Amino acid sequence: MALPEKIHLEIVTPEKQLFSGDVDSLTVPSAGGYMGILPGHAPLLAELGIGEISYTAGGHTEYMFCSWGFLEVLPGRVVILAQAAELASDIDIKRAEEAKVRAEKMLTSGDPGVDYAAAQLSLIRAISRIEAHRRKKV
Amino acid sequence: MANLRDIRRRIRSAGNIQQITRAMKFVSAARLRKAQERVIAARPYARQMVAVLNSIATRVPEQAHPLLAQHGDRKIELVVITADRGLCGAYNTNIIRQTLEFMGEHSGQEIELNILGKRGRDFFRRRAFPVRHEATGVLQKPSFADAAAIAKDLIEDFVNGGKDQVWLVYNEFKSVVQQSVVIEPLLPIQRLEHTEDGSRLDYLYDQPPAQIFANLLPRHVEAQVFRALLEAAASEHGARMSAMEAATNNAAEMIEGLTLYANKVRQAGITKELIEVVSGAASTG
Repeated sequence: MALPEKIHLEIVTPEKQLFSGDVDSLTVPSAGGYMGILPGHAPLLAELGIGEISYTAGGHTEYMFCSWGFLEVLPGRVVILAQAAELASDIDIKRAEEAKVRAEKMLTSGDPGVDYAAAQLSLIRAISRIEAHRRKKV
Repeated sequence: MANLRDIRRRIRSAGNIQQITRAMKFVSAARLRKAQERVIAARPYARQMVAVLNSIATRVPEQAHPLLAQHGDRKIELVVITADRGLCGAYNTNIIRQTLEFMGEHSGQEIELNILGKRGRDFFRRRAFPVRHEATGVLQKPSFADAAAIAKDLIEDFVNGGKDQVWLVYNEFKSVVQQSVVIEPLLPIQRLEHTEDGSRLDYLYDQPPAQIFANLLPRHVEAQVFRALLEAAASEHGARMSAMEAATNNAAEMIEGLTLYANKVRQAGITKELIEVVSGAASTG
């Protein structure tokens, strides 16, 4: 049996549907590390962490920021349920950079009142946003 | 006969009210359109969430998670979603009436309320009902973050607060003229349907299924709350739009009636004056 050549990808967030269409391949930030999906992948269920989702369709690669979610791979179809996701072009780069500075300041302040885990997460989020934004221009 | 000037003043004030209600109708119409778009935009997530949950539920034992655990029905929490503002017809009244009916039917159980919206809060506060939690201003523009915060609080109360069930009461948006009050169970999460049609897939799991399941269930609750908020917001704008449309029409009717009356009064005045002139002339002539 020949493998299919395309995957139907759907990316949804609670607020709206971000993408629906056929792609050649995609990469997602699974909780355990980045993972690539090609057409004909076995059914899979995974949890997503913070990072960037990218998919290639017709030689063109699109990037987006993603923060927590789930990935379901079905035969011929992939569904990403992201808790928060933004297209690279929608990312507010100024806000992300401010968030990065703020988080760094909190982490290095040595203040015992700082929620260390939360600050670390917001730093990771900010860096991922900035990276996804940077990729857009390349 | 009433004074002509008084009638004219009433016509003017009815006209002013009509302008206001018409403006409110247009504002509601614009907000309704946006709210409707948001309801529609949120549907794919909720649908996919249920699909994923269903497919994983067949593989995880029933009592695998506290959110699925059936406790009984002694302590019930009702989440009542009302509007922050009035002037929207029977919208709030319907919600409150249904809530009271529900409480009447379940009078044997312990019921606590969780009120969203100023209208419901004011009503239940005056009557000293057991209110566990209240919030206002959520429905102006419901965001997922709001829904997630509410869901977190509900889950916390369900798991640690000794609640047996949590129900949602809100207005479901059917169409602009039709909204219906819905009372539906939120927690424990209803037993998901098993699909026995052989469509069972053998998944690979990147993480242990139980762990994925445990993280998925709270998201499901959040999505449910979010959907209820969006439905309620859209219904509110729809209800206000119809109410304001009715008010505008009533004002038009009133103006018409008053104008007719004013003309009659004016005619009567002229007739009376004419009679006076004629009879005056006749008596001197």
